[in-house]
Amino acid sequence: MRFDVLVDVRLRGGIADPAGATIERALPALGYDGVSGVNVGKTVRFTMEAADKAEAAARAGDLCSAFLTNPVIEDAEVTVRPAAD
Amino acid sequence: MATTVGVVVFPGTNCEMDAMAAVEGLGGSARLLWHGDDELTGVDAVIVPGGFAHGDYLRPGAIARFSPMMRAVARFAAGGGPVVGICNGFQVLTEAGLLPGALQKNRGLKFLCQPTMLRVETIDSALTGRASMGAELSVPINHFEGNYTCDDEMLARLRDEDRIVLRYVDNPNGSVDDIAAVCNEGRNVVGLMPHPERACDELLGSADGAVLMSSLLAAA
Repeated sequence: MRFDVLVDVRLRGGIADPAGATIERALPALGYDGVSGVNVGKTVRFTMEAADKAEAAARAGDLCSAFLTNPVIEDAEVTVRPAAD
Repeated sequence: MATTVGVVVFPGTNCEMDAMAAVEGLGGSARLLWHGDDELTGVDAVIVPGGFAHGDYLRPGAIARFSPMMRAVARFAAGGGPVVGICNGFQVLTEAGLLPGALQKNRGLKFLCQPTMLRVETIDSALTGRASMGAELSVPINHFEGNYTCDDEMLARLRDEDRIVLRYVDNPNGSVDDIAAVCNEGRNVVGLMPHPERACDELLGSADGAVLMSSLLAAA
């Protein structure tokens, strides 16, 4: 079966996020008050062949910790669902 | 016989000639090591130089660490061989797990290209064996992702084990504890964001980097 995988990479708690902080500081000047907790991460999307959803999730999790994230500074949330085709 | 330094070249590396020129100017010899090869024979020390290995895609160093040459560098380091990662090379060594921590985007999100003052914090490393404890050196930086970070436990270990090799006198990028360079437990692998190879001749504005580069040659 084919699965669509979405990896949402974000900085771990306590790790400074200079991009998020810069965006947050700029918002009041643009007239957007009351916005806080801005965090900038990245998403990685791909399609994967696997026997079932559990196998796809396990393999995507491995790929995530071995390559797509740096565990020193990043966490990721992995979402797997049957391919949309 | 002159000490031979191997300089690793990935697609996107751009400081390999500066590193070779610095080594040769100090009486060593240097040769390039292509990232796709998996053997490094006949070299006494290794430099992983600056640049944008594999385009810095995903994260700086994230793809470079899978190059076959990095397996050879890891074996060389495990055998006690001196290895120095400069700038992007430091990022590669952290991604490869040869050094702790990670390099984040600079505080303030500015690309920084300027002279910086560094203070020598230990002379027990492959990069500082010939330096004087506490000496202040003018060496340029040239990076966007040079903000060194690690968790509190690792920071405590680095301090306790005297593994913070250089600190910025005036922290330019937000690095935790002003860290500019760290070493591994064996003290033979060192990573630093500043470019000592670009400060080996007064014509370039400073020759203060020469003591660091000659320390590497002496460690070989």
